[in-house]
Amino acid sequence: MLKVVIIGNGMVGHHYVEQLAASPVAAKITVIGGEARPAYDRVHLSDYFAGSTPEDLALTTKEHYLDMGVDAHFGDMVAHIDRSNKIVITESGQAYSYDKLVLATGSYPFVPPVEGNNLPQCTVYRTIDDLGMIQAQANNAKVGVVVGGGLLGLEAANAVQNLGLETHVVEFAPGLMGVELDAGGSSMLRRKIEALGVKVHTSKATELIETNSEGKGRVVMHFADGGSLATDMIVFSAGIRPYDQLARDCGLVVGERGGIAIDQYCKTSDPSIFAIGECALFDNKIYGLVAPGYRMAEAAASQLGSEGISFLGADMSTKLKLLGVDVGSIGDAHGRQEGSVAYTFSDERIDVYKRLIVSADGKSLLGAVLVGDCSEYDTLLQYFLNGIDLPSDPETLILPTNAGGSPALGASALPLTATICSCHNVSKGDIVATMDAGFCSLAEVKSETCAASGCGGCAALLKNVVDDEMAARGLDVDTAMCEHFNFTRQEMFHIIKVETIKSFEDLLHKHGTGRGCEVCKPTAGSILASLWNDYVLEEKHVGLQDTNDTFLANMQNNGTYSVVPRIAGGEITPDKLIVLGQVAKKYQLYTKITGGQRIDLFGARLQQLPAIWQELIEAGFETGHAYGKALRTVKSCVGSTWCRYGVQDSVAMALYVENRYKGLRSPHKLKSGVSGCTRECAEAQSKDFGIIATENGWNLYVGGNGGMKPRHAELFATDLDDKTLIKYIDRFLMFYVRTADRLQRTSVWMDNLEGGLDYLKQVVIEDSLGICNDLEAQMDAVVGSYQCEWKTTIEDPEKLKRFRQFVNSDGQDKAIIFVEERGQLRPAKEEEHQKISATLD
Amino acid sequence: MSLNMKDQHISICRQNDLIPNSGICAELAGKQVALFYLPDESPAIYAIDNWDPIGKANVLSRGIVGDINGQLVVSSPLYKQHFDLITGQCIEHSDVKVPVYVVELVDDCVLINQ
Ligand code: SRM
Ligand SMILES: Cc1cc2nc3c(=O)[nH]c(=O)nc-3n(C[C@H](O)[C@H](O)[C@H](O)COP(=O)(O)OP(=O)(O)OC[C@H]3O[C@@H](n4cnc5c(N)ncnc54)[C@H](O)[C@@H]3O)c2cc1C
Ligand code: SF4
Ligand code: FES
Repeated sequence: MLKVVIIGNGMVGHHYVEQLAASPVAAKITVIGGEARPAYDRVHLSDYFAGSTPEDLALTTKEHYLDMGVDAHFGDMVAHIDRSNKIVITESGQAYSYDKLVLATGSYPFVPPVEGNNLPQCTVYRTIDDLGMIQAQANNAKVGVVVGGGLLGLEAANAVQNLGLETHVVEFAPGLMGVELDAGGSSMLRRKIEALGVKVHTSKATELIETNSEGKGRVVMHFADGGSLATDMIVFSAGIRPYDQLARDCGLVVGERGGIAIDQYCKTSDPSIFAIGECALFDNKIYGLVAPGYRMAEAAASQLGSEGISFLGADMSTKLKLLGVDVGSIGDAHGRQEGSVAYTFSDERIDVYKRLIVSADGKSLLGAVLVGDCSEYDTLLQYFLNGIDLPSDPETLILPTNAGGSPALGASALPLTATICSCHNVSKGDIVATMDAGFCSLAEVKSETCAASGCGGCAALLKNVVDDEMAARGLDVDTAMCEHFNFTRQEMFHIIKVETIKSFEDLLHKHGTGRGCEVCKPTAGSILASLWNDYVLEEKHVGLQDTNDTFLANMQNNGTYSVVPRIAGGEITPDKLIVLGQVAKKYQLYTKITGGQRIDLFGARLQQLPAIWQELIEAGFETGHAYGKALRTVKSCVGSTWCRYGVQDSVAMALYVENRYKGLRSPHKLKSGVSGCTRECAEAQSKDFGIIATENGWNLYVGGNGGMKPRHAELFATDLDDKTLIKYIDRFLMFYVRTADRLQRTSVWMDNLEGGLDYLKQVVIEDSLGICNDLEAQMDAVVGSYQCEWKTTIEDPEKLKRFRQFVNSDGQDKAIIFVEERGQLRPAKEEEHQKISATLD
Repeated sequence: MSLNMKDQHISICRQNDLIPNSGICAELAGKQVALFYLPDESPAIYAIDNWDPIGKANVLSRGIVGDINGQLVVSSPLYKQHFDLITGQCIEHSDVKVPVYVVELVDDCVLINQ
């Protein structure tokens, strides 16, 4: 069998292994990785500081390689290649013979040769081990400096800022991201980054780093211009250099400025040796991005079989979020091509900068720069990559739509050669072919082509292409809820209502297949509750509920639960406040004021929930339904009772509204707010339904939310009296409950209603469908059958049986460990777990 | 099989401790076992480990049970990955698997093989 040895197990080396293993070539694969761990996602390295663990970043595991029959060795560097005997020898003295050798050694961070660059405070940002060093230096540090204002430098700055340090970026060149951005884009990026509190120093050459003997900072950096900067730690991120020493030592051809020279088949000057990824030099260029590396891996792997794919260079356009700022760069961003003309749009109020570089004849796009808003990136990239003719007024591509900007290029306008997913090299043609082969749903296309499973940046475009193709084939865009029910939530609602179905079993038997799943069961459970309002923990409904509903509490990351009693309108008596304090203290619960004007008690073990609720209910509390897709909170402002501007009693109205709709099960959660005057201190316009007092009554707003896609509510009706207000809300909510899709907030539902807000007004105000009596009656039934689920639960010993950690003992879950922080308990982190269990053993 | 089982079995709970179409948790020699009772299936009872290796907490007994293409699964209540009730295999990640245990309902007793 062909012996293939791969040196380096980075992202590209790993991709090569996967490609080769999946190909028909029979090969004995050996991997030698210099790092102690198998390949991981370097591109998302920064996520580590946002909570990702090394396991989250892993691309593979030792066991997985074992299963694949790959012989893998980690934590050992190849020291020498003996080309004449076709053997590689590692630092630990192991020797491996090869028929074909693949160099995937990647690159290392360039550290400028300044005195003091080896002080312990100096680190680099490339590997998971580096992250550990950075974290260690960051403990006790207040100030951190990143040397390098390029793409990787700004990534590192993000990490330093996430660690809570005062962050500085020191750049040698006059601007940030000079490679990818033109001067205008670069200075807009600087403004945005400075606004985030990062201090930027450009045109600064560091000459010396020395230990600081004076007060601030542990080291001090001296610059060529005479200035200096005191800091506690330094991260060098001033560019990368290919790991090509091995290749040099054994006489392979390398480039003048480094990099192992390869041809279009990724072969080095020795035909038995390939080089791929960041250590390779193709056409005098090093490709410092992962997608081109993957293309090289595919080309190199194919040479061992009959296919023979070529690597002919790759596009280096990038779209990134740096420190939360959207940045995009396409093609010739600097307009270096002769005769090119540029269009620039800049809006300093919102810090957006966009520039198009267009060919002399105005026909094709040569490059683009986007800072602060990348929404046009996908469209522009398609124009660029596919040479699509530009519209006669190209500036419309970057102008805001209300200023004459043109809408995005439709998926149907893209040629089949258009690359949709650059991480996995999937073209529109590949997608069409996949769909021709019968894999038509988005999920199938994703799993067949791998599209959208890399950086995820192409997900929206992929969906457009798939939807567009489905429509072109006359296929209905698949609306089935899941494999068990071939209809939408709205249709399910209708069936359950018309046929008076009372249990999931019955529904499945009559209209579904299989046994159900975590999608259709909670949906049916919610509809059954909206319609018949049975106790959700009745035996026939228990198995339908998400864990939060089953245990009437929200599951936290360590398997404990949070307890959220209802505090309607945010109003609470001192006595009740004291009870909350006492209960929290007794059960050692972490206590926090929520964003919804109430108090959350975290960290209750499953078996503690009934006792906690017993005490709360005795003190007059009720469940807050924080676990349910149901009414959450109605936020209030203090209103006319106290406030000198208030024109109505907003607290009383909030209390009424919250008490009326509490317990209402709906497609998604529902939130409301009531403000006592137009100053809007209760933020009612960010709620699913919001109420604002006027001199003459109430204005009603609908369809707002915060969350992932914030949206303001729209004015629905004005100057309503109390009764009409409630009537309209009853109808609005019930119509939503009946017709919305699962997990669809009111805003998205409204956007999808044909006729939108005007139609909704006709239905709710003018009763154009003649269903208002029915809607109101249904709401009355729900309101009339309200019960506090916790009260019902603690009164029923049978139901309480579920709240035991173990059915056969009174033991506790030993994997739940707390530590103290700021005077309260919190879940131990994974590393703390290990330490604590070690001291326990 | 079942004869053999009775030799090493442990009676872990009674049938009426089980909750139809849902899960509960039992302790077994320091381990946590998630027991699922599906009265319409044959067999009607399944046992896998309670530890969710992805969410890293003892929670699998609290997931929703159902099927994917006929394969009986529980969906983790934390991040919703599916685990096969018979083999313990995670559907989303081929390299993740949880231990399974042999259980049986004999008369009114849930017997588990240690
Ligand atoms: C506790 C709280 C954060 C806090 O410490 O303040 C919180 C915590 C959670 N939020 Fe929230 N949200 C909380 C206020 C908010 C707010 C602010 C508000 O209500 O004014 C928002 C934005 C407003 C909005 O929803 O329109 C908010 C937007 C979300 C979203 C995004 C919803 C969206 O439509 O985009 C989710 C995810 C979801 O529901 O799918 C979410 C989901 C969650 C979940 C349920 C996530 C989960 O499944 O574990 C969190 C667990 C709650 C718990 O008790 O364990 N939470 N969440 C707040 C509880 C308020 C309360 O008293 O009930
Ligand atoms: C913080 C950060 C953010 C990034 N963001 C992006 C991004 O958003 N988009 C993008 O496209 N790219 C990004 N990149 C670049 C991307 O990570 C690289 O292009 C990619 O990792 C290159 O893969 P590789 O396998 O060629 O090299 P590497 O991933 O560096 O792997 C090479 C491996 O070989 C090992 N090795 C070296 N010499 C030897 C030896 N002699 N013996 C044994 N093993 C050896 C090394 O230890 C290393 O593990 C980012 C990089 C970093 C550091
Ligand atoms: S919204 Fe109006 S009434 Fe309410 S607190 Fe603000 S100013 Fe006062
Ligand atoms: S472009 Fe990165 S996943 Fe498709």
